[in-house]
Amino acid sequence: MASEKVLTLTDGDFDSTLQGASTPVLVDFWAEWCGPCKRLGPTIDAVAAELDGKLTVAKLNVDENPNVVGRFGIRGIPTLILFKGGKAVDQVVGLVSKDALKDMVAGHI
Amino acid sequence: MDTLRDVIIIGSGPAGLTAGVYTARANLKPLLIEGVMAGGQLMLTTEVENFPGFRNGIMGPELMAEMRAQAERFGAQIVQGDVTSVDLGSRPFTVTADDTGYRARTLIISTGASARLLGLPAETSLMGHGVSTCATCDGYFFRGRPIAVVGGGDSALEEAIFLTKFASQVTLVHRRQALRASKIMQDKAHANPKIAFAWNSVVQDITDTSKGEVTGMVLRDLLTNELRTIPVDGVFVAIGHTPNTSLFVGQIDLDENGYIKTHDGTRTSVAGVFACGDVQDHKYRQAITAAGTGCMAAIDAERFLES
Repeated sequence: MASEKVLTLTDGDFDSTLQGASTPVLVDFWAEWCGPCKRLGPTIDAVAAELDGKLTVAKLNVDENPNVVGRFGIRGIPTLILFKGGKAVDQVVGLVSKDALKDMVAGHI
Repeated sequence: MDTLRDVIIIGSGPAGLTAGVYTARANLKPLLIEGVMAGGQLMLTTEVENFPGFRNGIMGPELMAEMRAQAERFGAQIVQGDVTSVDLGSRPFTVTADDTGYRARTLIISTGASARLLGLPAETSLMGHGVSTCATCDGYFFRGRPIAVVGGGDSALEEAIFLTKFASQVTLVHRRQALRASKIMQDKAHANPKIAFAWNSVVQDITDTSKGEVTGMVLRDLLTNELRTIPVDGVFVAIGHTPNTSLFVGQIDLDENGYIKTHDGTRTSVAGVFACGDVQDHKYRQAITAAGTGCMAAIDAERFLES
């Protein structure tokens, strides 16, 4: 169960959400059938809670949103991309610890 | 600093969770630190057909969820952190995970092994954009596309066979003329019309880093040294594993390949530290052998605490 701090993005609202965000946005590309993605869920929730107000955290289901997935050339999940001012500024592929994720984000918030 | 415990287990694959079940049932109230790859390598597999007790097979992640629940049922305390350092210099041992320090009289190391990579710069920069070490995670992105699997062991063939569900063709790249994999896996692979073989070949390069996606791979024929380019959209690397022992370098005896050396069961070079599963086994590397050594480590730790 995703935390209420974590937004759910779709092909339809991806651009408007990124443009409208007042903070950098961390997007978690995931799918229901991806074991590691599920393992990453609690880490994403924790980062969203700890950096509330400084970072917007969102998930995008790759099964349901092929357009965004295609635009960013996602060929593996979990992939996390950090957007700032609507532009991708950093990314990490595969499982990552909470500390490592916070370190990655720290330089951009 | 946390309270002093009898046992801390690092890692949550079959070895660690079995050690968790046994030490919990022995009333040692184990703390099990899962690590970022919680559940271990079985989380990246699909059907496990050779774990005794499941005659119809069981999904890897489901098996791990069962083992985890079983350890918790008997009172194992499971925490999510990733261990960043250990101090094995004096007892009690100290383990630090996500800025929290834990202390214990005994330590069971079951940190497992991770997929080995080819070591090409292009491999790193294209990871997640066509290069993968996890067929079950990423196969989905290659529906109707040609891909390659690098390797010749059971895991490589399992990945190749799984990936034929999605890919138009799977080229298996192997450095020898014959596979190392078990006969049953070889038969399955040879019978699969979507699998082609590139024998005596190694991957020299993966293209195209300038586009940020995989467009092909350059293979070198080891017999003729000739280079050839094969267009593929994905490269799945399955060339074995390296043990996750960087935390222990200089503190515990490792063999020349980095595996923890064990003697007299699961004892290591440090009294009170025990190792089980793939972190100390490059030979068998099965879920059931990992679970077996996890049980051994739990019993060894229990006896050590009694003595």
